[in-house]
Amino acid sequence: MRHLLILGGGTAGTIMANKLAAALDEREWTITIVDGTEEHYYQPGLLFVPFGIYRIHEIVKPRRQYLPGRVKFVLAGIEAIDPAKKTVTLSGGEALRYDLLIVATGSDIHPEQIEGLKDEEWGKSKFDFYTPKGAERLGQFLKGWQGGKLVLNIAEMPIKCPVAPLEFLFLADEYFTERGMRDKVDIHLVTPLDGAFTRPISSQILGEFLERKGIHVTPDFGLARVDSQEKKLVAWDDTEVSYDLLVSIPTNMGDACIARSGMGNELNFIPTDKQTLKAEGLEDVFVLGDATNLPSSKAGSVAHFQSEILFENIMEHIEGRAPRAHFDGHSNCFIESGFGKGLLIDFNYETEPLPGEFPLPGLGPFKLLQESPINHYGKMMFRWVYWNLLLRGMELPIQAEMSMAGKQVRA
Amino acid sequence: METMTLAGKTLTLDADGNLADRNQWNEDVARELAAQEGIPELTAQHWAVINYMRQVFDKEGDAPSIRRLTKESGVDTKTLYQLFPKGPAKRAAKIAGLPKPKGCI
Repeated sequence: MRHLLILGGGTAGTIMANKLAAALDEREWTITIVDGTEEHYYQPGLLFVPFGIYRIHEIVKPRRQYLPGRVKFVLAGIEAIDPAKKTVTLSGGEALRYDLLIVATGSDIHPEQIEGLKDEEWGKSKFDFYTPKGAERLGQFLKGWQGGKLVLNIAEMPIKCPVAPLEFLFLADEYFTERGMRDKVDIHLVTPLDGAFTRPISSQILGEFLERKGIHVTPDFGLARVDSQEKKLVAWDDTEVSYDLLVSIPTNMGDACIARSGMGNELNFIPTDKQTLKAEGLEDVFVLGDATNLPSSKAGSVAHFQSEILFENIMEHIEGRAPRAHFDGHSNCFIESGFGKGLLIDFNYETEPLPGEFPLPGLGPFKLLQESPINHYGKMMFRWVYWNLLLRGMELPIQAEMSMAGKQVRA
Repeated sequence: METMTLAGKTLTLDADGNLADRNQWNEDVARELAAQEGIPELTAQHWAVINYMRQVFDKEGDAPSIRRLTKESGVDTKTLYQLFPKGPAKRAAKIAGLPKPKGCI
């Protein structure tokens, strides 16, 4: 018997478990997946929780429910990976042997990495919305808030779902407008980037969206510390931004077990071959989703596209051939822009998000980098697609490799 | 592609305004790029960071993040922001003739 071990039962790990359970011969392979919790959160849904659009119980399901019968689910923390001995030690001390390892341990927020961020005011005047608890607490706070200066700060890059901060701002604009108090709320984005987003054309277009909605942007802000007493952010160059309500996107890091295993970079992300998804310098180890150090977005769509490439490469690897399939960095994200509309961006390592149209048989075309109601429906419908098709490893009518069809290229 | 003339050379630029071809870089180009970024003089500490970035890029194909610069270049974060105001990683990368660091998206 050979043993396939998957670390992490989130989006990436669950998709791979489903794809490989259908393909690997049960007489030759066991499949085990390890995760520290039973709950699988639909993470794109967390954005909507502070605004009362979704409630937490509507975006969580049992992990086991999305795993095929032959996959063994082990509920345990991960102490460390030993690639030389091909074993993974669990927090209880038990060691699991593997012939093939897929690391899909994701990324998480670490407010304690920023001086003064996680103190007694955390959850009172300073919040996150990347965790179920954080999103819920922020929702409670917003219900009773009388207004003031709302600052959304990105502490440092890279972050999971780089469009989520913008969506939060757009939805905040709508939320306060609907409650008749938009004039009492001053909305600010304070970011280490040089504009609204990471790449030039989309940064310009999304920047114009923010401006039109009266959302102020402070770019190039390298956060050094937060002063809870005086309610201000202090940058490394000593410039300051005051706030009444801070919505923070803290430092994102890979799992601590990666650091304990000596496999990560300075943020515990694993150096990964950007095309084949093989862990660099290690045999029989592949990395998927947010756990990689790849210059692609940390997002579910990316994990999904990667899973198709990784599936092909694992099948080659098992049969003793070199991995042939190449990931192009494809990412595809709906951006909720408020008032029942949304945008869509589609890009990869080389091609930045461009305006135009995104063809999709039966449903599309969706507009790229332009607002439309159908993009909003796409976003809301995606929750169903996620639970029923995506996690189960089903074919979606969208290719792993990015296509230029419909995109407008500047001369 | 956009071009610009600096230090007597015509330089090709990428979409972010960084050098598209590293081979066009030399130390004179670096000094002029720094001047454009509002850094009138490159000190030994500036060069230490620039050279470290070029080394990492040669080895790994991407420029390092601020967090890694702090950890490995021997220059602390506060000083990095003094040397390369507003965005040490992307500014130092530009002056070093490298593309904008990818640790973003």
